[in-house]
Amino acid sequence: MSAEANTSIHQTDQALGRLAKRKAKENRFRYAGIAAVVIAMAMLGWLVVSLVGTGYTAFFQHYLTITVTLSESDLDPHGARDADQLRTANYRKVIQQALYSRFPDVTDRRGKRALFQIVSASGATNQVRQMVYQDPDLVGREITITVPTSDDVDQLLKGYIDRNAPAELRKVSDRQIEWVDQVVAGGELTREFNWRFFTAADSRDPELAGIAGAVVGSLMALSVAFMLSVPVGVGAAVYLEEFAPHNRLTDFIEININNLAAVPSIVFGLLGLAVFLNFFGLPRSAPLVGGMVLGLMTLPTIIIATRSALRAVSPSIIDGALSLGASHTQAVFHHKVPLAASGILTGSIIGMAQALGETAPLLMIGMVAFVTEIPASIMEPASALPVQIFLWSDSAERAWAERASAAIIVLLLVLITLNAVAIFLRSRLERRW
Amino acid sequence: MVNMNAAHTKYISDLGLTPNMGEVIEMMASAPAAETTQVKFECRDVEVFYSGKRALRGVNMDVPDSGVTALIGPSGCGKSTFLRVFNRMNDTIPNARVTGQILMDGQDIYSKDIDPVLLRARVGMVFQKPNPFPKSIYDNVAYGPRIHGLAPQKKDLDNIVERSLVRAGLWDEVKDRLKEPGTSLSGGQQQRLVIARAIAVSPEVILMDEPASALDPIATARLEELIDELKEKYCILIVTHSMAQAARVSQKTAFFHLGDLVEYDDTQTIFTNPKDQRTQDYITGRTG
Repeated sequence: MSAEANTSIHQTDQALGRLAKRKAKENRFRYAGIAAVVIAMAMLGWLVVSLVGTGYTAFFQHYLTITVTLSESDLDPHGARDADQLRTANYRKVIQQALYSRFPDVTDRRGKRALFQIVSASGATNQVRQMVYQDPDLVGREITITVPTSDDVDQLLKGYIDRNAPAELRKVSDRQIEWVDQVVAGGELTREFNWRFFTAADSRDPELAGIAGAVVGSLMALSVAFMLSVPVGVGAAVYLEEFAPHNRLTDFIEININNLAAVPSIVFGLLGLAVFLNFFGLPRSAPLVGGMVLGLMTLPTIIIATRSALRAVSPSIIDGALSLGASHTQAVFHHKVPLAASGILTGSIIGMAQALGETAPLLMIGMVAFVTEIPASIMEPASALPVQIFLWSDSAERAWAERASAAIIVLLLVLITLNAVAIFLRSRLERRW
Repeated sequence: MVNMNAAHTKYISDLGLTPNMGEVIEMMASAPAAETTQVKFECRDVEVFYSGKRALRGVNMDVPDSGVTALIGPSGCGKSTFLRVFNRMNDTIPNARVTGQILMDGQDIYSKDIDPVLLRARVGMVFQKPNPFPKSIYDNVAYGPRIHGLAPQKKDLDNIVERSLVRAGLWDEVKDRLKEPGTSLSGGQQQRLVIARAIAVSPEVILMDEPASALDPIATARLEELIDELKEKYCILIVTHSMAQAARVSQKTAFFHLGDLVEYDDTQTIFTNPKDQRTQDYITGRTG
């Protein structure tokens, strides 16, 4: 062998140089990828930290234990224990007197008013009213109850109000701080889990507001959307993919479905306003209408996901069925649709998750209303979780910000759960064989 | 030679138990070979177009109703296209068009009063890649009888499934795990499963499109044995890339080249004494 044969062109210095260059290029690409992932994770982490940081305190609430005297002369002067009388009696006075007797040295008018402001005015009075209304025997007795503090005191105790700030810049006066410190020292002030946040509907008072009304409204709207868009969407997709003739009309429909998927969601809200409310006269703010609008909005997503799931089914399975004498319809419904089921389901759940987080179309059909009751049917006015967040984030008090963050945490948890269910179902259905 | 139709009808009527079946098979087995057979398919000027492009040109050919007929030729010669003419699987391809006449037992299978769904029950097919349904072994075999309503009772269905699996030589391997997915079987077993699936609807003809091309040599040998057994009962058309396989399993061979049927004769004649130069070149390995 000659010397030339031993030095292949792949072993020269130039070749090694080219190799090093190629490797450097590949490494640069890899580092760029890693950097992108790190930046994305950092941003995501930032979001979560800031949300949880401001929101977690909303899951706790401060309560004041007071002893109230339910004197007969105040509540039921006639002694008839009449339900109407008991309901309309002056419970505000009951709470006020309980506070005045706790702090006997407060005698001036302004001081008394400020003292009453440390508890939740409507929260405490309604609580006592409910108790008496349900058990009229309480009248004439002295009971010890735990009532929510006002949002300002709650914020003070959570550390969001700076005690050292000048008094005129604070929502809590020096005297109020002093009283709060006294009850804290006396062990009358407790910090408890904020169940009300999960069981109550919206309220004018942050300490009484909860997400239950919005969650129920969202669930109702979502059920309506699911029942509308999944059967219609899957049916339309199966028909278009398997049975429709290929002509200009179906091409046109196809293009439009794809375009609809990219239409801003507020446009669907306008459609709902024009068609469902103005033309059909359906009630404003109702989850039924919200659900129909969200359903229309999800329809293209579901159609597109279903069609791609159907297309992904191996044609050899269909050939097998056809070769046995199955009709085209049988081949589609016995084999193609069941095999596409996991993809269809994933698409539907992702579409639903999208609908759950949607605010804009609901604003147009009036689901942005202030609703203080948990809706009992899909025809009653309701709010939705993202709309509730939007409403709260618009309010000025510090306590609303905390609650808006907490509601966002709940919304994100629901979305993560939905996506996890989608992933679980997909892997489950795919693993079946 | 016993008419295949008669045997078929007999099989259908005796689905429960066929004491005569053994005799029937024996008679067929002992019947003298090819010469006395009848014609199953008569093809007259068959042409196939894909989007207007001609894939098969004026094929005239008679397929005997017993034994194995092999279709050979280089890739793209139209042999698979031709095979799919017999069960009208080309109908499922958009823009595919078939002209000419294919008579099955004297009846034009492309006439308006023939429903491709029933035709495919009479003409089964096995594909290149084993394609069991993602269902249990039992359900794979039971699918055809179910959609055609061949088994009014569960017992009948069990019977058909067992009989078909026995006939496909798979019963002993799967009888204890009929509930397991068909896709859990090995490639060779899967191919026998789809053969069992095809014969469960009692076809008269089985089309095989390169059935062994995805199998290893041992599974291929097993499959060829099975084809040898099945040819006693079914008219078989097989497309194959392997000339050795064609020589081993078939009695008749058709050689296709560039969409033309070049030569069609007894297998022995084709491989020992081809008349056309192109056939000669192909079987000796000079082309293809």
